[in-house]
Amino acid sequence: MNHSIRNSWMAAVAMFALLFGAISYVQVIGAGDLNDNPWNQRAVLANYCNDRGAIIVGGKPIAESVAGDETCKYQRSYAQPELYAGITGYFSRTYGSTGLEQQLRDELAGSSDQLFLDRVSQIFLGSQPKGASVELTLDPVIQKLAYDLIPDGQRGSIVVTNPKTGAIIAMVSKPSYNPNLIATHDPAKEKAGYDQINQVPGINLNQSVSGPTGELLAPGSVFKLVDTAAALSSGKYNKDSVLPNPDSLPLPGSSASLPNYAGGNCSTRNTADFPFALEQSCNTPFASIALDLGQQAIADQASKFGFGQDFGDQLKLQSAVSIFPKNLDQAALAQSAVGQRDVRATPLQIAMMTAAIANKGVQMKPNLIKTVRAPDLRVISEPKAEALRTSTSPDIASQITQWMTDVVSKGIASGAAVPGVQVAGKTGTAQLGDSGLNNSWFTGFAPADDPQVAVTIVMEGVDVSTGAKLTSPNAKKIFEAVLNK
Amino acid sequence: MILAITTPKPRRNVELVLLVLALAVGIGASAMVGLNSPAAFDGDFWFQSSLLIVAAFAFHMILRFRAKYADPIILPIVVALNGLGLALIHRMDQPGEDTGNNQLRWTLLAMAVSIVVIWFLKDHRLLRRFTFISLAASAVLLVLPIVPGISAGEVLGASVWIRIGPMTFQPGEIAKITLAIFFAGYLSSNRDLILLAGRKIGPMQLPRFKDLGPMITAWLVSIGILVFQRDLGTSILFFGLFIVIIYVATSRISWVVIGVILILGGGFLASRFFSHVAFRLDSWWNAFTPEVFDRSPGGSGQIVQGLFGMADGGLGGTGLGQGRPDLVPFANSDMIVALIGEELGLIGLFAVVMLYMLLFTRGFRAALGARDAFGKLLACGLSFAIALQCFVVIGGVTRLIPLTGLTTPFLAAGGSSLLANWIIVGLLLMISNTARGPVDTTPSTHAPTEAVQTS
Repeated sequence: MNHSIRNSWMAAVAMFALLFGAISYVQVIGAGDLNDNPWNQRAVLANYCNDRGAIIVGGKPIAESVAGDETCKYQRSYAQPELYAGITGYFSRTYGSTGLEQQLRDELAGSSDQLFLDRVSQIFLGSQPKGASVELTLDPVIQKLAYDLIPDGQRGSIVVTNPKTGAIIAMVSKPSYNPNLIATHDPAKEKAGYDQINQVPGINLNQSVSGPTGELLAPGSVFKLVDTAAALSSGKYNKDSVLPNPDSLPLPGSSASLPNYAGGNCSTRNTADFPFALEQSCNTPFASIALDLGQQAIADQASKFGFGQDFGDQLKLQSAVSIFPKNLDQAALAQSAVGQRDVRATPLQIAMMTAAIANKGVQMKPNLIKTVRAPDLRVISEPKAEALRTSTSPDIASQITQWMTDVVSKGIASGAAVPGVQVAGKTGTAQLGDSGLNNSWFTGFAPADDPQVAVTIVMEGVDVSTGAKLTSPNAKKIFEAVLNK
Repeated sequence: MILAITTPKPRRNVELVLLVLALAVGIGASAMVGLNSPAAFDGDFWFQSSLLIVAAFAFHMILRFRAKYADPIILPIVVALNGLGLALIHRMDQPGEDTGNNQLRWTLLAMAVSIVVIWFLKDHRLLRRFTFISLAASAVLLVLPIVPGISAGEVLGASVWIRIGPMTFQPGEIAKITLAIFFAGYLSSNRDLILLAGRKIGPMQLPRFKDLGPMITAWLVSIGILVFQRDLGTSILFFGLFIVIIYVATSRISWVVIGVILILGGGFLASRFFSHVAFRLDSWWNAFTPEVFDRSPGGSGQIVQGLFGMADGGLGGTGLGQGRPDLVPFANSDMIVALIGEELGLIGLFAVVMLYMLLFTRGFRAALGARDAFGKLLACGLSFAIALQCFVVIGGVTRLIPLTGLTTPFLAAGGSSLLANWIIVGLLLMISNTARGPVDTTPSTHAPTEAVQTS
């Protein structure tokens, strides 16, 4: 009988051997697939319930994890939510995440490679995963100022950068929204918040990008800086060139024509030099340059400024790619040369172009991240200023800078002038169909001889006088605020 | 087999030391759960811990008095498992729920009943007298859940519960013991008859048809449980219990072959005719098919969620109180193994499975040492039942085999299961006591001593 007892025991042991195998399979071999399974809410919930790192501006968190309810230990919370929504994005269980919350998810969740050792120690200490905190380059005072300079109800964006380092000092857009509304763990509140936000005209949370990095707008006359750089680098034009300046340029191959702006001083001269053409923002001289150089030259220069290119690896925000169209006929080329027709640029792209001119032709990588710190405050990354691409030569950059200072001191951007400081600038007015409304632009930097700050402002769907009030004078306020710091 | 050449040693002090370690496991787990919840070390923690300590030492003292040669490892293993179970169930308690304290009450009651069994039974061979009473009791216990008035109705698809006042009870758990007593008693008396008669075909000695009677009966009982109570797990358990006892009694592998054929046949028929069995098979085989995952009832959501939890736990686990077992339905009962896998990881779950392996191994050890056929069969049957129950539960949770509703002994929430398993522990301790103790040379007054086959 003992023999069969031993056999029974061996049968039981064999069953247990199978169990050890099955457990090993589930917890080791199959674990990866199970963890990645789309039905597996654990990763999502872990993400949404864990103590994520904070996003910090000026020493204060603008996004942080606070104590949550019974379903989740931690709850994401945004301070000054509307002011920073375009940067932080949102972090929602149902609707996913956007902005830095999405692009820095590994750092904030503590799952990035640099935090590997921290995770190992967490396994042994059994403590909650805690993510790295990220300090941004933004200046909270300038950010607030810029945000307040866009009136409520007005669609618009402002980008303030340091052209020498690429650091973004402020980046705002309106309308904005409160990401706290969809960061709640209560599904009903979350849904209500989502619907409430999406009701606001101009906000669509389904879009992956929006605001300064995402909205593709007709740049209008600020695009003339591209024409100018293309003209000077072609060798066919120099600072003394005399450009044709008819009131209206018949568009080749069509019955239409491209007029100069009727209200300004362009009509006072039949020919113009660069300073006059830029100061008064005449259309026909730049259209004729484009027709002369051909679309390839304009497209190449646009590309060197960043059209059709990415913004580098330090921005950490999803961004739309600006467009200079291809295969243009002559009429379309003439219209595109003045930033109309199908040319599209994001506010950040225009800011980058201006920053390249300010920085002797070298475009720096736009950068939002000052430091990333592990939970123990150890710095795990600190992006250095890095050149992104060369947009033009230092000579051409300084020539354009000189003309841009004239635009502010003598031309139509005089509202941006700051007493005692040389400001370089360029305005733009892009017509929106036949509505009579425009996208009104200002882009510029100061001081012209040693640029500390570049400002790009666009107000969408405004009439000419409103646009004039909301762009150059606001740029002046930002210049003053940054330079007086 | 040569026994008792050396002087038997009680080893009660070894048990005492191991018991302290076992209590450290349970109370340590409880402390970790406390650390990770807002109410760290509240009154509950101290109250529960002291009660568990008092009960464990009381049990130990009873063994010193009444069964001083009992296996010194069994009690510590069971206390460790039960203590861990208490901590885990307490961990799953939502505010307002009291499953943890309820489990503690049942633990104390079950230990008390087990002590009573040890105190009054004195010798396990007494139970052999109750062979046919046990059969009758089993029948009654198994029928109770479908008797109108006392039945608790269909709970989660199975009718295995009865209601006594505010409490529910699963009589099938106790029937596990009474059936083991019946099988062991019947076969220890009749095995010669079964062994010697029958035709031989090739190497296989086939039993006579009339000797197949008990097996057919056991098969019908199992199928009956499956059909009328919709309880696949218990049905497999009872049949497995019977097969192992008849195999050990006769040493004939032919019984196992016939048994396996019967169970496969029964399983095949059941899967063709009963939707709940078919659903179980389907949710096992096609667990990751969307229609099966979402199906309600009978979907694979529970098993898949358990697998997700275990995968998340990985090697080291998330730490007690750090996982999300709330996503797994019945994480404190049927799926408590998944909870262990998630929060204690592969390492923790291996340790627990290892404890079960040690436990049933000690049971088989008692069977080997027992000097009467009845004791051998009973110890062997009960030990194998523990192993089989663990296999069915853990195999189900890990998707090795289809998931069936059985409790994980000592760990899962559930009073009837605790009570039954503590009684089993009491019986194993008693059998091991006679097995390890000095040979009793006085003629037994209770039962005729049998010749023990020492093959």
